[in-house]
Amino acid sequence: MFHLLEKTILEGQLVTAFAFIGLVIWISNLLGKHLTGGRVAGSAIAVLAGLALAWLGGSITGKAKGLADIAEFGGLALMGGAMMRDFTIVATASEVHVDEAKKAGWLGFIALLLGTVLPFVVGVSVAFAFGYRDPVALTTIGAGAVTYIVGPVTGAAIGASSDVIALSIATGVVKAILVMVFTSVFAGPMRLNNPQAAMVFGGLAGTVSGVSAGLAATDRRLVPYGALVATFHTGFGCLLGPSILFLAVKAMFG
Amino acid sequence: MVIFGTALLAACYLAGIAIGEGIAVLIGVKANVGGVGIAMMLLIAAIHKMQKLGFYVPETARGVTFWASMYIPVVVAMASTQNVIVAVRSGPLAILAAVLTFSVCFFFVGVINRIIERSNPDADPLAATHDTVKGQ
Repeated sequence: MFHLLEKTILEGQLVTAFAFIGLVIWISNLLGKHLTGGRVAGSAIAVLAGLALAWLGGSITGKAKGLADIAEFGGLALMGGAMMRDFTIVATASEVHVDEAKKAGWLGFIALLLGTVLPFVVGVSVAFAFGYRDPVALTTIGAGAVTYIVGPVTGAAIGASSDVIALSIATGVVKAILVMVFTSVFAGPMRLNNPQAAMVFGGLAGTVSGVSAGLAATDRRLVPYGALVATFHTGFGCLLGPSILFLAVKAMFG
Repeated sequence: MVIFGTALLAACYLAGIAIGEGIAVLIGVKANVGGVGIAMMLLIAAIHKMQKLGFYVPETARGVTFWASMYIPVVVAMASTQNVIVAVRSGPLAILAAVLTFSVCFFFVGVINRIIERSNPDADPLAATHDTVKGQ
């Protein structure tokens, strides 16, 4: 009986990964709803759970690919691989409406630019302070400070090692959680009380999950405006990260 | 049909990645230069054009939006295949970088929104929502 189940799982690894990730996200949503009262979005908990599972897999197998090194979970490597990741990120662009985006105007663009460059500079500085000197590692960690999507996309593009990519994801995830929890707390000082302000916030804070969850806790009607610019943020970061920003870091430290 | 949406997405993905590779070769970088970002812009432009022509019917859209909604699960799967053991050893870096980034961003959001308020007292072109924000 157990042998039969194991055979099925090993022969359908990608399908097993779908079912398993669904389970992880379901449990994460329950935890987010009941343990944190909806303050931390289920998606952020799920990403943290994924990193925790990778730690578990790594400590069991002693290898570098987290849970995917356990044969039964091998499908996670395909589901979470570069092809599927980039494909689904490109799909999120379908949620952007050009006409509405234009309303953000040049301020939205400046927010977007600052929201990419400032976190990147902070991330690179901290990585430098911690002793990193390799331009690839510095760029990847800096990009992780932009969002936990821009980090791994940039890292994969410029050939960063898996541990540096994991570090950049961790940086982005911690940032996303901070944004989720503290947006409503600092909504007053940030003057976060109209759609245009929400767009500026979306451009600067970046992470889609952080921005949408944070704005939902502040005022639900602000969510689409913030998320709209934040969606641009990921593409913008993915565009600048492996190109201009990497070349700038390379020129300075290379 | 749903596959038309997925095929459109796939075409934009392939074109974007190809352009990214092309730029990389042109400027002599050993990396795909912004392929994902270019693919996103192509998709936005393609959908915008198709909507105007009336080709972007809801069923076609479903072939795109399904994959858009799969991005968080894919990111969770990606997170579960990372070399976390090594990253954990440099944990303070992630937390320090995140806290500093977060503080800098929130500071600038406040500054920019104050500038908007001052330069345009009626900076509220879409809908009045400020009466619902607590503590205002």
